[in-house]
Amino acid sequence: MAYLDHAATTPMLPQALDAYVRTARSLGNASSLHGSGRTARRTVEEARERIAEALAAKPGEVIFTGSGTEADNLAVKGIHWARRADGRNRVVTTAIEHHAVADAVAWLGDHEKADVTELPVDEVGRVDTAVLAELLDERAAELTVITCMWANNEVGTLQPIAEIAALAAAHGVPVHTDAIQAVGHVPVDFAASGAAALTLSGHKLGGPTGTGALLLRRDVTAVPLLHGGGQEREIRSGTLDVPGIAALAEAVVHAVATQRTEAQRLARLRDDLVARIRRAVPDAVYNGDPEHRLPGNAHLSFPGCEGDALLMLLDAAGVECATGSACSAGIAQPSHVLLAMGADPDDARSSLRFTLGWPTTEADVDALVAALPEAVRRAKTAGLS
Amino acid sequence: MRVLAAMSGGVDSAVAAARAVEAGHDVTGVHLALSKNPQTYRTGARGCCTIEDSRDARRAADVIGIPFYVWDMAERFHEDVVEDFYSEYAAGRTPNPCLRCNEKIKFAAVLDRAMALGFDAVATGHYARKGEDGLLRRAVDPGKDQSYVLAVLTPAQLAHSMFPLGDTPKDQVRAEAEARGLAVARKPDSHDICFIADGDTAGFLKNRLGSATGDIIDQATGEVLGSHDGAHQFTVGQRHGLGLKRPAADGRPRYVLSITPVDNRVEVGPREALRVDRIRTGRPVWLAAERTGSFEAEIQLRAHGEVYPATVTVEDGGLSARLHKPAFGVAAGQALVVYDTDADGDAVLASGTIDTALRATEGTAESLEAAGV
Repeated sequence: MAYLDHAATTPMLPQALDAYVRTARSLGNASSLHGSGRTARRTVEEARERIAEALAAKPGEVIFTGSGTEADNLAVKGIHWARRADGRNRVVTTAIEHHAVADAVAWLGDHEKADVTELPVDEVGRVDTAVLAELLDERAAELTVITCMWANNEVGTLQPIAEIAALAAAHGVPVHTDAIQAVGHVPVDFAASGAAALTLSGHKLGGPTGTGALLLRRDVTAVPLLHGGGQEREIRSGTLDVPGIAALAEAVVHAVATQRTEAQRLARLRDDLVARIRRAVPDAVYNGDPEHRLPGNAHLSFPGCEGDALLMLLDAAGVECATGSACSAGIAQPSHVLLAMGADPDDARSSLRFTLGWPTTEADVDALVAALPEAVRRAKTAGLS
Repeated sequence: MRVLAAMSGGVDSAVAAARAVEAGHDVTGVHLALSKNPQTYRTGARGCCTIEDSRDARRAADVIGIPFYVWDMAERFHEDVVEDFYSEYAAGRTPNPCLRCNEKIKFAAVLDRAMALGFDAVATGHYARKGEDGLLRRAVDPGKDQSYVLAVLTPAQLAHSMFPLGDTPKDQVRAEAEARGLAVARKPDSHDICFIADGDTAGFLKNRLGSATGDIIDQATGEVLGSHDGAHQFTVGQRHGLGLKRPAADGRPRYVLSITPVDNRVEVGPREALRVDRIRTGRPVWLAAERTGSFEAEIQLRAHGEVYPATVTVEDGGLSARLHKPAFGVAAGQALVVYDTDADGDAVLASGTIDTALRATEGTAESLEAAGV
C-alpha cells in the first residue's frame, strides 16, 4: 500500500510514540501539588520549553490545546472577542483558509455580527497583500484580528506571513497564522514572523492526534473558549494531557531538527512524482505555486475526470490520496481553495492531492505512477457526473 | 465479478452486499448521497438519505469487510426525481418517485458510472429475482415483491443488475442480518418518500407549487361541495383529506375522480365512478422479447397493488389493457406493469406510464358482475 496522504495525518515518529507510552505509564495530574503532580508538571513544562525553543517562541507563549482546530478557534474567536470594541468589529481572513479558521470566522459573522473581509488569492493560491495594505490604510481601526495560514493545506502554497505581519504591525493589528501544515515542514520562526498567534497540530508532524498548541504572544489577550480549572494562563482550561504533550514536544523537536534535510528529500521525491505523472498523463495540470510550496505537496488536476472516481480507483489499486478537505457526510464539494484561485467548478472537482511524509520512499511514487494512467483512463470514461 | 453494492443504510441492501461477497464477487459498497443538505431529508431510521443512513451503510460495510464510498448523486436526483415529482403533480398525475429513481439514478447514472469505472454489475437490496433467462421476476416473498418498481429497466440495465434477496422472505433477511452482526438488522423498513422530510406530501407540494383556492365539485351534479387550496395536492382515488363538510346524499364516502390543474378543479364522486376497465400507457419499456398485437397477461397498476387479468394490445406506440375485472382509482402517472406467468413464476414483460384510464362501459357491465364486483 502506498500512503500519499500525509497532510491528512502522518504516522507518529518512533521517538514520539516512545515518549507517549513512557509518560502514559506514570501517574499524575499536572495541576496537583504533590510529588506525582509535580512530576507530571515537570514533563509538561519541559515539553513547553522544548517546543518554544524549536519554534523561536518563549515558553510562556505556548498554550496546549486538544487539536489544531481548537487552537485556530481559540485564536480567531478569542482575539476577536478580546479586541472587539465600538467601531472595531472586523475580522480579516483569506479565501483559502482551512475550515477550522474559515468556519470560525463565518460563525463570528453569522452569530456575533462581526464584519468579515476575505483577502483574495492569485492563480497560484498566494494571498494578495496589496489588498490588505489598502484595507489597513483605510480602516485599520476597525480590525480585531487578521488570520492567514502559513501554508495552504490543499495546494501547498506558502503565504507571505512576515510581510502580512509587518503591514499589520504598522497599524497595531494582531495577526494569527494557522501553521498546521508548515511546522516541521518548512522553517518556522515565531518571533521573526511577527505573528501574534500561531497554530500547530501534533498529528501533522509525527505527534499524536488530539494534541495541538497555540503560540500566543504575551501582549495579546484571547478570551477563552473553555472555562474551568484555569490551566494554560487561564486561556485553556482542562486537565493537561501529559503523555500527549510529551509526545508532541518530541515530534516537534525531531521534525524541526531534521526539517532542512527532510524537506530536500521530500521535494526531490515530489518533483520526481510530478514529472512522472506529467509524462504518464500529459494533460494533468500542476496546481499551486511551483516554487514556494510545501516540499511534500503535489496537487494536480486531471481534466475530464472526477477526483472522487480517481480516488476510488487508486484506493482499489492500493494508492491512498485525497481530493481535498474531507466533508462530514462524504459529499464532495468543489474545493473552495481552487475556486478562489479561479478554477471553474468542474476543474475544481477533478483534482487530487498527493502528500509525502517522513515514511515516504521512491516505492510509493512508483506505485502511484504505475496505477494512475489506468485510473485516469477509466475516470475519463465515467466523466463528470 | 466486480460488483458495486448500492447501500442505503437499510437492512436489505446490507444483506444483499454481504451475499454478493459470499457469492465470490469483489464487492465495493457505495452510499448514494441524494440531498445536498442531508438534514432536510428524513432523519433516523425511516428514510434512505440521511447522515444516519450514510453512517449505518458505512458500518455495515465495515462489518461485511468491503471498501465503502459515498457518491454524490444529489444534483441528478434533484433534476430527475424531485423535479419530475413536482411537474407530474403539477400536471395532475401521480408519479412514483422510487420507480423514477431506479430508472434514472440507480440503474442509469450509478450503473453507467460503475461500468465506466470497471465494475461489472450493480447489486441492490430490492426484492425481485432475475431468472437464468435474464428475465425480471417477482420475489418469492409476495408481501415484499419490488418487481413493480424495477419494471422500468431495459434488458441491458437488467443484464448488469443483481438482486441477491429475491429468493428470501423478509423475516429471513432480518434474521440473517442479525446472524451476520449487522446493526441494521432491526432497523424499520422505509415506506415513505425519502425526500419529504416529515411525510407531508401535500405540504411539500404546496411549498413549491403554491396554493390557490379551488372548488371541490360533485362530478354527477356539478354542485360545489367544498374548497381546496391546490388541485395538485390530490390524487385520483383519494378519499381522505377532502375536508367535505356535508355527507353525500347516499351517505357513502366520496373519492377524487379527476384533477384538472389548468382550472384548479377537483371532481369527486362515489367509488363506483372510479371503476375503470381500459387503460392506456405511453411508450412501453420491454424487459422481455417485444410483442405485437394482443395477448393475455396479468397487469399491476400500483406498487404492492392488486393484479388484474387483462388483454393487452400493443397499439399507437403504447400499451392498451382491457381488464377482465375492474380496477378502482387508477391514477395517471403510475406504471402499468405487464406480467407473464410461466412455470418459473411471474416475469415482467413490459411497463408503461399510465396516460388514461377509461370508465367501465355498459358493454362490460355483465362481465364485471360475473367477476363478482
